[in-house]
Amino acid sequence: MRELRALLRLAKPLLPGIVLAVFLGTATVSAGVGLMAAAAWLIATASFHPPLGDLQMAIVAVRFFGVSRGAFRYAERVVTHSMTFRVLARLRVWFFERLAPLVPARTGGLYSGDLLARAVGDIESLEGFFVRVLAPPLTALVAGTALVIFFAFYGRAPALIEAGVFLAAGAGIPLAALALARRDGPLITGARAALGRASIELVQGLPDLVAAGRTRDAVTRAVGAGRRLTGALRRRAVRDGALEAAAGTLAQLGILAIFLAVLPAIRSGRLSGVGLAVIVLAALAGFEAIEPLPSAAASFREQRSAMARLLEITGANPAVTDPPIPLTIPAPWPADLPAIVMEHLRFTYPGAPAPALDGIDLDIAPGSAVAIVGASGAGKTTIIELLLRFWEGWEGRLELAGQDIRRYAADGVRAAFAVVSQRTHLFTATIRNNLLLARPGAANAELWHALEAAGLSDDVHAMPGGLETWIGEQGLALSGGQRQRLAIARAVLRDAPILLLDEPTTHLDTVTERQVLGALERIAAGRTTIMLTHRLTAMERYDTIVVLDRGRIAERGTHAELLAAHGLYRQMWDIAHREFTPA
Amino acid sequence: MFLERRLLDEAQVERLLLATAVGCGLGVAFATVIQAWAIARVVALALAKTLTGSSARQPFAIFAAATIVRALLAWGRTAAASVASQRLKDRLRQRLATHIAELGPLALGGEQTGELAGTLSEGIERLDAYVSTYLPQLALAAGIPIGIVILVAFRDLLSAAVLLVTIPVIPMFMVLIGGAASAKSRRQWTELARLGAHFLEAIQGLTTLKIFGRIHDEIGKIATTSEQFREATMGVLRIAFLSALTLELVATISTAVVAVQVGLRLLYGKLMFEPAFFVLLLAPEVYGPLRALGAAFHPGTQGVAAAERIFELLEAEAPHLEHAPTVPPPPELHIRFEDVGFSYPQHRGERAAALDGITLEIVPGTTLALAGPTGAGKSTIAALLLRFAVPGHGRITVDGVPLEEIELGAWRRTCAWVPQRPFLFAGSIADNVRLARPDAGMAAVERAVAAAGLEPVVMRLPAGLETQLGEGGAGLSGGELQRLALARAFLAEAPCLVLDEPAAHLDPRLEADLGAVMSRLLDGRTALVIAHRLQTLRTAGRIAIVEAGRIVETGTHEELLRSGGVYARMVAAE
Ligand SMILES: Nc1ncnc2c1ncn2[C@@H]1O[C@H](COP(=O)(O)OP(=O)(O)O)[C@@H](O)[C@H]1O
Ligand SMILES: Nc1ncnc2c1ncn2[C@@H]1O[C@H](COP(=O)(O)OP(=O)(O)O)[C@@H](O)[C@H]1O
Ligand SMILES: [Mg+2]
Repeated sequence: MRELRALLRLAKPLLPGIVLAVFLGTATVSAGVGLMAAAAWLIATASFHPPLGDLQMAIVAVRFFGVSRGAFRYAERVVTHSMTFRVLARLRVWFFERLAPLVPARTGGLYSGDLLARAVGDIESLEGFFVRVLAPPLTALVAGTALVIFFAFYGRAPALIEAGVFLAAGAGIPLAALALARRDGPLITGARAALGRASIELVQGLPDLVAAGRTRDAVTRAVGAGRRLTGALRRRAVRDGALEAAAGTLAQLGILAIFLAVLPAIRSGRLSGVGLAVIVLAALAGFEAIEPLPSAAASFREQRSAMARLLEITGANPAVTDPPIPLTIPAPWPADLPAIVMEHLRFTYPGAPAPALDGIDLDIAPGSAVAIVGASGAGKTTIIELLLRFWEGWEGRLELAGQDIRRYAADGVRAAFAVVSQRTHLFTATIRNNLLLARPGAANAELWHALEAAGLSDDVHAMPGGLETWIGEQGLALSGGQRQRLAIARAVLRDAPILLLDEPTTHLDTVTERQVLGALERIAAGRTTIMLTHRLTAMERYDTIVVLDRGRIAERGTHAELLAAHGLYRQMWDIAHREFTPA
Repeated sequence: MFLERRLLDEAQVERLLLATAVGCGLGVAFATVIQAWAIARVVALALAKTLTGSSARQPFAIFAAATIVRALLAWGRTAAASVASQRLKDRLRQRLATHIAELGPLALGGEQTGELAGTLSEGIERLDAYVSTYLPQLALAAGIPIGIVILVAFRDLLSAAVLLVTIPVIPMFMVLIGGAASAKSRRQWTELARLGAHFLEAIQGLTTLKIFGRIHDEIGKIATTSEQFREATMGVLRIAFLSALTLELVATISTAVVAVQVGLRLLYGKLMFEPAFFVLLLAPEVYGPLRALGAAFHPGTQGVAAAERIFELLEAEAPHLEHAPTVPPPPELHIRFEDVGFSYPQHRGERAAALDGITLEIVPGTTLALAGPTGAGKSTIAALLLRFAVPGHGRITVDGVPLEEIELGAWRRTCAWVPQRPFLFAGSIADNVRLARPDAGMAAVERAVAAAGLEPVVMRLPAGLETQLGEGGAGLSGGELQRLALARAFLAEAPCLVLDEPAAHLDPRLEADLGAVMSRLLDGRTALVIAHRLQTLRTAGRIAIVEAGRIVETGTHEELLRSGGVYARMVAAE
């Protein structure tokens, strides 16, 4: 019930809205009950041919309830939906606030993209919790109590029976649904995941499958996984159908029970025929309050597992914590101190068998250009992630501007870096908005200047929308080279003293690579530059080249020194130049 | 109204089950009428002060029986409808999966694989509400109101007339509801979806936002966008709810009118109590099915949207890879491309053809290397030889036999493919190596693994060849994946190879023997290699340079160097 508690905690500020929703829901049900009860009274009384005046009140009541019910229902719908979206907003802010300190360290791993996309889906499925799951039982409770009190005026037996019906159909059946769901919930989730996997294997593995003549097996697997899911869903639907039918049956049997119970009272005249008519129609109309409960239980079991998944993500401890009194990085940058110092730096990813960095010693002077080269998996990105304070738990020394990096706040550290990585995230927005991310409130002239430095201004001038051009989903409307140069323009605007470049040209062909490297060279002037790469292009321009091999520094020196040394760097160089990349 | 023709055709197949569901629904309505009759009877007896154990026995028994029948039929309706939906989903998934396999890798395009897999899994599931709820409810909403009005007419004509007057509201209601699905409001919904997508983006770009120190701004932005989203959506919904309001008002007001009208006639002795009460009990039932239809509408529309995508895929034409009568693959494997042209069906760029006038020859037992810039058409040439698609123009022959006339299954065993990055299927390493020869014994797998230089990797893994790969299992690095692809090819023992050479790594240990493994694999085989290394080109029998869908040069390394053309310039530039 941890999930329920968390949900209720989120609901607290929305209490007035929920109360209003419950009130309107109760009013709707009550108007329905009032309409039928007044109509029953009207007809039953009319059959005794009283003077018309005796009926006036009932006629007015019938008309009033007839109109007000629709109005209440409309108001209830507007309020509940509006509430739903408020809840969605709160859930999003709540999740984002909790997720932010965890990324990327605690959400890493192979399937992080899927994980986060699923979380977004989970949040959407929760939006209905307060109005479709929380409100109906409250409405049923209030309306049911009112109904029972109303029945008590006509006798104890009908009131008790009606209370029994509300308890059995409104609480018993939904609880039974929840209990049964405990078993097949994991079953359905598992089947769904298996189907998703089998579908991805078929679609993404299709070239391999077709070439090997094995498509039939993969089709069979996907269809089989689908059958297991549809079978489980069908069993659940049939069972839910049975429970829903049972709830209706309980309500109708309640009417029969009322009939049987009041027989003596009718005979003795303690209960009039008019009273019986009113009770029966009120009971029929009152069923509306319990009708949505079985399906509310069904939604709840799904929302509970959605919430459990979200709590699993948000429950992780942040990877880094800020010091209580953080230092600030001196500005301007002190020229006499090394920009970055690493000494015996060792880091092992949690759960990894071997360290990703194993004793790195490196001093980087302000204004110098350092290249860190190495095969993929050598540990290049890990260095960057430690510098950006995405991880703690490293050993050795890691200093920025002469102070242990842990003595700064994480945001402060990041402000010292402009980063361009192989997969810089561009937002589905305009060019301007993507640039403003780096310097909110920048003037047009500044934006153009940055584009100019990145070698992108001609391209943007040629676009119909200029700065307002919409760059498509995550920048897909741009070419690969344009995307990287936009990322570089962003780094220019950032105006940070240290430039971190993590394989910025990996996905580019040779011609485009030259353009991007040219742009980088222009903006690197006067900044400390750290370039991570496994492509050995234009290496002459670095003051120091560090060769990283399985988390250790194998060699260091200038390009000419390393070539002459005939070590690992020389071997890499030879491989790279056996490569044939026609442009 | 909201009907998707092709989905209805599919539902036709389940007409027996769906008709059962509708029949049960009608039965439920009829049982409700019986219950109303019994209730009216009992109350009439009570009013007449003649309600006793014996006079009540008959209506009580009828009420109890109707209750049980009603419960069973209500349950039967759900059961029949969900079985119909299950069968329809299973059948469509079978067809879609088979069709995706027949369309082949080229028809699918590179990036939309995620969406496609989603359609095959969740997309088909979204049909459920449409088939199991919306469709039967549509029939019931058309039938029950009329049926009840007719029954009412037997007891009281005037009340039937009152109810009948409100019936035209039903199509009006449908139109209003249908309006919610009109093109205009669908555009509105897409706009809303874009606002809604902001959050997903913020999450995906979280690391970037963090690096730029923009987390706090973003939280504010999420709150404001969500608020905008709420306002915009509520604007649309307030109108959409009007249709429900109309229905609700019609239902309650007409019930009220019936009640007052019947009451007054009772008062003046023009009507008996029992039919009057019976009519009152039935009045709300006229509108119940319509209300249920309104509730089923939204999930139904999602089903229709999913169906549109599913049928679009099913209607895409699969290539005819095989022309009967077929022959087994010829023994020599002398492969020729004769004036081959090819265009992608959904080609995005302005250039019409991916390949144009390709003429090539692969001499048995030798390697032909393809080189050229990205996007030139090298992979497309390979795909045609692998029979992922058929040429739009010209032909490919093997020993003079057109490729389409060679048995497809046998060709797949003859011609193996080594991709740059093989796909890892859930299962053990051994299963993944066995992809092209599922029946291969463990000894053969071990030999192939050794030949590909994958052995040291396998030894390192906890369960050796039985280590599980894929989601939740171990992953392999780029170089290891390439060795796995080579191991597959060694095991396949196919005489013909199509090899997409991996781009170079900087890891000298890895590089050193990948080249050696590859030349061992190519030795003596007829092969088409997409080359990225100068070394490979030097040792290939012949080289063809591809540019913009055409062959611009062919010859051996020496010939091309001597001729001083494109190739010579490329090599010089290195
Ligand atoms: N989030 C992570 N969790 C566990 N291991 C990781 C993670 N990120 C990287 N690694 C491992 O750490 C090693 C170094 O990776 P990385 O720094 O990304 O190398 P490079 O950037 O040089 O390619 C690799 O073995 C990699 O598999
Ligand atoms: N699945 C596809 N759908 C549409 N166009 C494609 C597809 N695959 C490749 N193309 C296009 O066909 C042309 C040739 O591509 P390709 O054969 O992959 O070239 P290469 O292998 O030489 O890089 C390119 O213009 C490419 O954009
Ligand atoms: Mg990296």
